[in-house]
This record gives sequence, structure tokens and C-alpha cells, in this order.
Amino acid sequence: MKVIFRPRGPTRDHPLLRWSLTGIALGFIGLFLVLPLATVFTEALGEGWRAALDAITDPEAQSAIRLTLLAAAIAVPLNALFGIAASWAVAKFDFWGKGFLVTLIDLPFSISPVVSGLIYVLMFGLQGWFGDTLRDHDIKIIFALPGIVLATIFVTFPFVARELIPLMTDQGRDEEEAAVSLGAGGFSTFRRVTLPNIKWGLLYGVLLCNARAMGEFGAVSVVSGHIRGLTDTMPLHIEALYNDYHYSAAFAVATLLALLALVTLALKSLLEWRYADEISAVHHH
Amino acid sequence: MTRFFSALAAIALFVSSTAQAADITLLNVSYDPTRELYKAVNAAFAADWKAKHGDNVTINQSHNGSGAQSRAIIDGLDADVATLALAYDIDAIAAKGLIAKNWQSRLPQGATPYTSTIVFLVRKGNPWKIKDWLDLIKPGISVITPNPKTSGGARWAFLAAWAYALKAPGGNADKAKAFVAALYHHVPVLDTGARGSTTTFVQRGIGDVLLSWENEAHLALKEQGGDQFQIVYPPVSILAEPPVSVVDKNVDRHGTRAVAEAYLNFLYSKPAQEIEARNFYRPRDAAVLAAHAADFPKITLYNFAELFGDWQKAQATYFADKGVFDQIYKPGQ
Amino acid sequence: MSLAATFPARGGAPFKNGAPPRAARTWRNPSALPGFGLSLGFTLFYLSAIVLVPLAALVIRPWELGWSGFWDAVGNARVLHALKLSFGGAAIAAAINSVFGLIVAWVLVRYRFPGKRIVDALVDLPFALPTAVAGIALSALYARNGWLGAPLEAMGIHIAYTPLGVVLALTFIGLPFVVRTLQPILSELSRESEEAAATLGATRFQTMRRVILPMLSPALLTGTAMAFARAVGEYGSVIFIAGNLPGISEIAPLLIIIKLNENDYAGAAAIGVIMLAASFVMLLALNLLQAWASARR
Repeated sequence: MKVIFRPRGPTRDHPLLRWSLTGIALGFIGLFLVLPLATVFTEALGEGWRAALDAITDPEAQSAIRLTLLAAAIAVPLNALFGIAASWAVAKFDFWGKGFLVTLIDLPFSISPVVSGLIYVLMFGLQGWFGDTLRDHDIKIIFALPGIVLATIFVTFPFVARELIPLMTDQGRDEEEAAVSLGAGGFSTFRRVTLPNIKWGLLYGVLLCNARAMGEFGAVSVVSGHIRGLTDTMPLHIEALYNDYHYSAAFAVATLLALLALVTLALKSLLEWRYADEISAVHHH
Repeated sequence: MTRFFSALAAIALFVSSTAQAADITLLNVSYDPTRELYKAVNAAFAADWKAKHGDNVTINQSHNGSGAQSRAIIDGLDADVATLALAYDIDAIAAKGLIAKNWQSRLPQGATPYTSTIVFLVRKGNPWKIKDWLDLIKPGISVITPNPKTSGGARWAFLAAWAYALKAPGGNADKAKAFVAALYHHVPVLDTGARGSTTTFVQRGIGDVLLSWENEAHLALKEQGGDQFQIVYPPVSILAEPPVSVVDKNVDRHGTRAVAEAYLNFLYSKPAQEIEARNFYRPRDAAVLAAHAADFPKITLYNFAELFGDWQKAQATYFADKGVFDQIYKPGQ
Repeated sequence: MSLAATFPARGGAPFKNGAPPRAARTWRNPSALPGFGLSLGFTLFYLSAIVLVPLAALVIRPWELGWSGFWDAVGNARVLHALKLSFGGAAIAAAINSVFGLIVAWVLVRYRFPGKRIVDALVDLPFALPTAVAGIALSALYARNGWLGAPLEAMGIHIAYTPLGVVLALTFIGLPFVVRTLQPILSELSRESEEAAATLGATRFQTMRRVILPMLSPALLTGTAMAFARAVGEYGSVIFIAGNLPGISEIAPLLIIIKLNENDYAGAAAIGVIMLAASFVMLLALNLLQAWASARR
């Protein structure tokens, strides 16, 4: 407990200021983050535990959960692979246009999710560029799993790269160059020298990428066919339940995603706390 | 010897029956409020088909705004049948060559196995004393209806309001436009679909009256409690005719034409008409309608074709860009 | 932090790790490390396939309307209003986030209080929580009969289905950007400048205004710009709480969907192009800002 009359250093704030700022900060967080989160849980239990559990074990909900997991299981590793490749190219080499490349990688982050879905419709829809060819070969992209996966990949595209590029740039090339001069091959260098240094950044990136991939709504809404039990991901299923007057059920399924979000945050915090020393060591090279 | 032959016969029967029992899947792309209806109809049809032909039929459902579904089918959603809210949305699909141009004459009654209308849902006790369309523009009243640009039901509601003003004594097109403009100025929120509007009114407590599909109003009463709301039937409304069609290009590719056409024909059959009536859609079958007369009060229902011609004209006049709706709904007003 | 923050402007200072200055203008510097071709090749391929080619489809589509058709599609009052709401709402939300985000970051870095770790973790919630879940939660919270909506309604303040509701949802979305951008800078801020100012007789307030804030402003601007960029295109969390009244509470992404459903692909793509161009310009401005800021240091 801080005592009010403790002598203050020149960089310490007045206690009144401290308390008011802390109060404002906590109030802001409480209002904007805690209350909505709490709403999800209380609304889910609006009709009792049993009803909430029924909502989650319902076959359509189960199929939505499976579809969500599948889409994330495909999108996240691919984006992780891309993130590693991109950051290797960008951090370990100099070349013309590097800044431009980096801006392009950042692009999906600031594009509206609706636009993200729209572009795939424009490409693979029946009226789009490849629509007729796809139909002739009976390949379904839009309104089927591939379309959902593509939209998910697009939206979560930069997450891992954004985490790794500054990290690897910060870490420099000395260690890798040393390894190569000692005769190590490319993959070997990567595996034994780079990977251990970037593993926390990689993990954070993957965690956030996964959370976003499972929760994406706008983009997937445009490319899904809204076919119950087939092309509804969890967020879409939540919307469907909401539209069916099954509000508690909608919030019950939403609880699963909210819990996932909390687990993601907890994992991130835990890793930061337990490995704080290692992390700061690799950051300030 | 007989035992051998009966065993043989049993095996033959088993083999032939399993050889014949195919697994058929259909995709029914429908509009917003028909979820409950098609759940029941699909179960009935599957049982009926299994009894007649032995195949297992699974019908997958997709629900969204009628316009959105039309667009999705055009973009490649692999629908075998389209059961949408208005002929315009199916015409749009036909225009792209996915459905034959004569689709509406292939099934009885303009390919509409059931009809519906637009009614008012109000709070219990009818505090605003709403009886007729004119009551909807009382000062201070708040009306909930979806966006005609995205919702089929909203277009029917718009046209119903227009028809009322047009056919009222001394009514003409200008008066109709003025009435509809006044009406939409009382609308605080435009949801994209009929369900969204019902949610806004019923769950979120916004608005004093909801302009709703007849079946939606009944469903709201059933699901949300008849002690909070009541239905008010205006003396006049519009006859809404949601049509159905097979999507020719798709069924021919899938080889499911026979089943799909049987499915649509099934919608006209007595068992299906009974299910439709129970879900508060007005069945075409006169006998079934009479049996459920208590649920479907007789009111004057204006005919769309008489008043508005065809959907191409209506869409272009009222709902397209720079149409009447855009004119009356100026930003910021 | 934006990725490009790590790269000085072309022709600027050499890299921290002491790479030699470029002798000649070759397109890439020779390096001892292997794997350049493979990694760059895969990167470019993946980037093109997933991002660039589909975006090209978007950019090309509106031109079937021709120039005048394009301006017609985006210049009409309804579209302009939707763009104004999306951009304006995002700007207000970003401004709110910059003020409160600064406070939250300051409190998290400089002060100690019970539960700080939990609050710190919670800041990332808008990143991790699906937008649709946030949307239905916010709309339930601020509805007429919601926990917050009811008392506010009694005071005559309408949140749900008004532009105010849109701003609230966008504030939620952008919250982590400012805080997470400021936190590393704040924690690395050396106390020496503050102490020097104090010894020279500055009050705490003066110190804050003239010493600390200028040091934070690049990061603060970056975070705010990112919150803005994120909020402009947001759909999932806003759609449940916006009123969708054309000209009043209709957001631009919804208008794209409406146009799609009217079979107006070119019109939808036109709005998409405008939003894309705006995002791109903002990113570019952000990178230039970063380059300028790091050149100053």
C-alpha cells in the first residue's frame, strides 16, 4: 500500500493524479471490455445451464464448430509458413522494394472484411473471372469450404509476419552468418539458430492468428452459402441462431468463442510472464 | 428346398432393395422467415419419397434475405430449388440463364404454392389504437419494417402501403407517394431482413408497430409470448405470392431434376398444404384454407399484377437506384 | 507497430547491425545467407495469389461502368453519407482511443495496483474476440432494455441504432492499438529527461506537456492511425448495433453488401475500391510518418 506522505521523486506523479488516472483507465476498460464480455456469459445462461449445453451440442452447432476448426487448421499453418518465409526474406537480406513489399503485407489488416469476401466472389463466383471454368470442372470454391478458407487466410494473412519481421530485423544477421561460415546449410541454420530466437514471436503470432481465424465474420459471411449444417462457421451459426429468435442459444455458442479468446489472452500473458527474461534477451540484441 | 429358395429370395430382395436405395441430396435456397416451414416440409417429403421410391432424400437449407439468396445463386450457390419471396428475385436468376424463362408457368398458380400478406404486430393492448394503415403515420409513432432494397418482405410491405393509399377514396399515385414517404419517416431502423426487424421489435423493444409477414407475426406470438404482443389485421393489404422454381442448370448437372420437381409438386399436396397452414402460410388448397379459417381472417387482398404490372417494372420504378424509395428516403431526413 | 517502421527511407542510415553502405545501385545486396530466392519467391507467390490478384479483380470491376459510371456509383448522396459515417465514426472512435489509450498505457506502465496483470491481458480482448460476438454483446448491452442502455435511455440518450452506437462499437475495436503501440515506448522511456526537467523547475504538468508527450507523439499517432484504419472497414461488431438507416446510420461495408444483393457488382466494387484506396493511402502516410519520426531521433 502506498502511503500518501511518502517523499516523492521528481518523476512520480501526485497521488491524486495517480488515483484519478487509474480510476479513469479502469473505468474505461471496465466499460468497454469487461461489460460486453460479461454480457455474453449472462445472456448465454438466460435460459439456464441445460439450454446452453443443448445449444452447444446441437448437430448444427457441432458441424459449425468442426468447420471453424477445420478452416483455422488450414489457414493458420499456411499463414505461419508465409510469415516465416517473408520475415526471412525481409530481415536477412537487403533488396530494392523491401518497404513496398512490407506495406503490401500489411494491407489485408486494414481492408474491410466485407471487401475481403467480395474479392473472392469477384474472382471465383459464377459471374467472376474463373466462374465458368470452375463450373465446367465441377470445382466449388465460393459457397464451399475452399472459399471460406481463402477468406480466412486473407483476413489473418499479416498476423504472423507482423510479429516476426520486426523481431528478426531486430535480431540481425550475425548469428546466421556465423553459422553459415561454419558450414551449416540453409535449413539447418534456420532450424538451429533462427528458430530458437523467434519462437516466442512465432507463438504470439500464431495465437492471435488463430483467434482471429476462428472468429472471422464479415468476410466469411459474404462467401459462405449460409447452408445450415454445411457452410456455417461458428460466427455465422451464432448469427443464424440470433435470427431464429434463439437468443440464449446464440450467446451460448458465442461463449465458446469468448472462452477461446480468454484462453488466448491467458496463454499470451502466461508466456510473457514466465519467459520474460528470455524474451527481453532476444528482443534487445 | 423351399428353405433354400426362400433364403435366395430374401437375399435377392435385400440386394435389390439396397441396390435401389440411393442417397439423394437437394439444396433448397430460401428466404428469411421460412426456416420452420421447410424443416417440417422436408421431413414430410423425405418420408413420402422413401415410402414411394425407397431412396433417402436429404434436403439442405440455406436462409437469408431473398435478394441476397438470388445473388448467391447467380454467383454459383449450387441450389437445386429456389423458394424465394418474390418473382423478381427468381426472374433475376432466369435472366442469367440458370432457370428457364417460362419458370412461372411450369407450376400451378404462377408457381406459388402458398401465399401470405402483410399485417401489423403491436404491443399488447394496442396502446396506439392502430386499426388501419393511416394510423401508422400518427405523430410520434415508431414503425419497424425492413429495408426494401434487401428484404423481400419489405418490398411487399412498401407495395401494400402504396396500394392502400392508391385505392383509398380519392387516392392517386402522388397521394400514395406522399403516404409512403410519411410512413418511412417514422422508421427508426432498417434491418436487412424480415427476421432482423422482428428481432428489433420483439427482442430489443424498439418501435410501436411492426409491419410483418403474416406468418412472422404468428411465429413471434408463439415464440415470444402472446401476452406481450397482438396482431392487428388492417382492412386491406396486399396478396404476397412467394414463388418456387427448380434451378434448371443445377438440377441437370446434378441429375436431381426428378426429385426436385417432385419436391416442388409436393408443396401443393394436401399434407404439405396442411403443414403450410400450420406454419401460418395461406395455403392455395381451398379445403385446407377453410379448415384453418380462424387463423386467416378474411381481408381485402390487393392483387399485385393488377396494381403494379410485373416485377421488372415495379422493381425499376420503386426499388432500383434513384427509384421512388431512394427519392423519398433522402439522407439525413 | 507498423512493419515499415523498421526501415528507414531509401538511401538513409545503414542498418543497426552494421551492414556496409551500398556501393552500387544493384537491386539487392549480396549476402552470405542462403535461401533468398526460395523465401522471396514463396513470399511473392503467396502474396500475389492470396492478396494481389483478388484485389486486382476488385480494382478492375468498377471500370466496366466507365469513369462517369464510377463517379455516379460513388458520388451519390447515400454512398457519400455511408462513407462519411464509416470514416467519421472511425475518426471519433480513434480520437477517443487515443486519449483513453494513452491514459491506460500510462497507468499500466507507471503505476502498480492489484489486478494489473489481468487488466493488461484484457486489453487484447478486441483482438481475440470474434467481431460477431462483440456485436451481439454490445447490442444487448446498449439496447433499450440492456444493462447500460436502460439507464441511458432514461436520461434520454439513445445508443443502439444511432451513430453513437456505431462509434461505441468502433471504439471497442480500436482499443488495443493505441495501448499496445504506446506501452513499449513508455516502458523504455528514460527517466532522465523528466528528472532534468524537474531539476530545472518544471512542474509535473509542464514536464508532461513539453517533455513526455512529444516523445510519445509518434507512437501515439501511429497507434491512433492504426485504430482508425481498423475501424473504417469494420462490419461484424457494428452491424448489430447500427440502425442501417440510409443517410443516417448506414455504414459503408453494409452498403457494399446491399449493392451486391441488388446484383450491382460494379457498384459494390466501386465502394470497395474507394475504401481500399483510403486504406492504402493511410498505410503509406503512416509509413512516411514513421520514417520521418525515426529520422528525427
